[in-house]
Amino acid sequence: MATINLKLKVWRQKNHNDNGGFQDYDSGPVSTDMSFLEMLDVLNERLTLAGDEPIAFDHDCREGICGMCGAMVNGYAHGREKSTTLCQLHMRHFKDGETVVIEPFRAKAFGVIKDLIIDRSAFDHIITAGGYISINTGGAPDGNTTAIPQEIAEKALDASACIGCGACVAACPNAAAMLFTGAKISQLALLPQGNPERAKRVKSMMSRMGELGFGNCGNERECEASCPKNISIRNIARLNREFIRAAF
Amino acid sequence: MRQVAAGRVKIHARSEIMDIVVVDGHAKGVITRNLLTGQIERHAADAVILATGGYGNTYCLSTNAMGSNVTAAWRAYKRGAAYANPCFVQIHPTCIPVHGEHQSKLTLMSESLRNDGRVWVPKKAGDTRTPAEIPENERDYYLENKYPRFGNLVPRDVASRNAKEQCDNGKGVGKSGLAVYLDLSDAIERSGEAEIVRRYGNLFEMYEKITGEDPLKVPMRIYPAVHYTMGGLWVDYNLMSSVPGLFVLGEANFSDHGANRLGASALMQGLADGYFVIPATIGNYLAEISPGKVDTSHSKFAECEDEVKDKIGRLLAANGKHTVNEFHRKLGQIMWNYCGMARNRAGLEKALYEIPKLREEFWRDVNVPGSGDDLNQSLERAGRVADFMEFAELIVIDALNRNESCGCHLREESQTAENEAKRDDEHFSYVAAWEYKGLNETPSLHKEPLVFENIQLSQRNYK
Repeated sequence: MATINLKLKVWRQKNHNDNGGFQDYDSGPVSTDMSFLEMLDVLNERLTLAGDEPIAFDHDCREGICGMCGAMVNGYAHGREKSTTLCQLHMRHFKDGETVVIEPFRAKAFGVIKDLIIDRSAFDHIITAGGYISINTGGAPDGNTTAIPQEIAEKALDASACIGCGACVAACPNAAAMLFTGAKISQLALLPQGNPERAKRVKSMMSRMGELGFGNCGNERECEASCPKNISIRNIARLNREFIRAAF
Repeated sequence: MRQVAAGRVKIHARSEIMDIVVVDGHAKGVITRNLLTGQIERHAADAVILATGGYGNTYCLSTNAMGSNVTAAWRAYKRGAAYANPCFVQIHPTCIPVHGEHQSKLTLMSESLRNDGRVWVPKKAGDTRTPAEIPENERDYYLENKYPRFGNLVPRDVASRNAKEQCDNGKGVGKSGLAVYLDLSDAIERSGEAEIVRRYGNLFEMYEKITGEDPLKVPMRIYPAVHYTMGGLWVDYNLMSSVPGLFVLGEANFSDHGANRLGASALMQGLADGYFVIPATIGNYLAEISPGKVDTSHSKFAECEDEVKDKIGRLLAANGKHTVNEFHRKLGQIMWNYCGMARNRAGLEKALYEIPKLREEFWRDVNVPGSGDDLNQSLERAGRVADFMEFAELIVIDALNRNESCGCHLREESQTAENEAKRDDEHFSYVAAWEYKGLNETPSLHKEPLVFENIQLSQRNYK
């Protein structure tokens, strides 16, 4: 284990209406075994005892499955490591003396609530527009009578790995939610249970996406590169195919 | 979200339950705090369902999510719901070890790894060589040696306790000495690297992110951590607590796992409780009452709201010298040391002395910055830790009462000749349901006898 010191530039913003701005902090000694959020925890402890307000940031499971955490670290959503949420980013990837810029995920559809906390309820609204199957499932025998090839099941499972963190939107120059929406559309379009509603679903979710202020896909592929769950942009291609299919 | 779209469910995101409102003995609503605005809100209802998870974070470090807390269940207890078997806390054997004092949570490596991994420590205490430098004949595959019939597949409590024993004897590995090896090299040789990666690849990625080590090259290091809490609010077969109209689902109740949950069964309980049981049982309750008579203007709501506001005010006013996290860590240490994998009377009594002292210190010397009128994460944590401070005592009281080794834990006074956990069905074959009698008062114990008709209870043996 080594110890490093970092210069932190952290976005502080009191509330949605505040303009906000960067504030400089010395990290103090940071063990390289610590996670990024533990580094912030320690800074927050120091701020609290010094009478300052700690940095607000979202987090919960701290093992990359809940989708609560996320921030831009030196311009990269969740930091530069591949397939990693912010809570899984560890300090061994930083160099002593380095300056680290931390700011919230930014998009028109995601307002900043406070400091690094953003409002991702727009994602909920996209799902509410049709990201489900409208009937209750039956018992286990029903499931077993619908054979699904392993390859298809795996693709649907990979698409369903999305945790809704918003990194794809933050990384996209157009602030598009195509990867997020494509993942849900794919998961349901690949499976027989999703078939009856597939046209209605894709039209409804796509139009909601636009209403909420998300942009369009420009094939930059930044979403895929930043996705902590390795959701493939093939899901965006499938979303587009579903959308065209729904028109006929 | 389908139910949201249908208008049948309204989600109050970023809201936290602060209290349960009980009117004439029936649960009639909840008080919540809007975490964005600080607004204290009243919600009236014909029935209340809690699905608020377990209380593992009483121990500060656990595999639970950071926000997981006991507040809703504890408030229900203080409003009259019996709390059952709180001392049944499962300590999972295969977690990534603690790296330092600022560790915020522990990550579980799936137990399935024990299907292929071999657990070992160096035979010699204080051996600081790297695992590769320790030859085969100087390794102790202690689970295989001690439990030849079950080997590395002994149940969670046995695996955890034995890891602790090895570390207590100075044979622990890694920088902290609080870890044992989980070695996959034999499995890789037997089945090939590709097959092992197919089985556990996602776990290896998680492990490598946290430790910076590749489990395909270096044995994993694991140590037990608090994982699941079998205890919870007492419920009947309809999942209703002892407060009529208050239903409790999932880990928040005590019902399905006895004293030692088995793998994957928490998911089963979540599905069963939510999908199959409650839709079939809550209607019966609603049919028996006259719905809709209480609204939020009832004096009980005002009373509850005042109490909630008072508590928030006191937390913000303490203006002390220590952070909430410092207190939480101290509470966790007490619980882990005296009410963890192995417990004894002297330790539990010490905990019963330490916890109220720490609680008093907390209210006097905690520092909660900011205000109650906007998003304040320190205040959220402070409220939860304040409840853990009270609840921890109940765990210890229950542990002290249960003078037998039962399921997940070892009571040191109750061991077999071979130092294995010894059950005492003659005296303890009951659910211990505790009833609140007031803060700093001893809760009263109700015993619900366990009746076994088709199986015979017997002492476990894995040798």
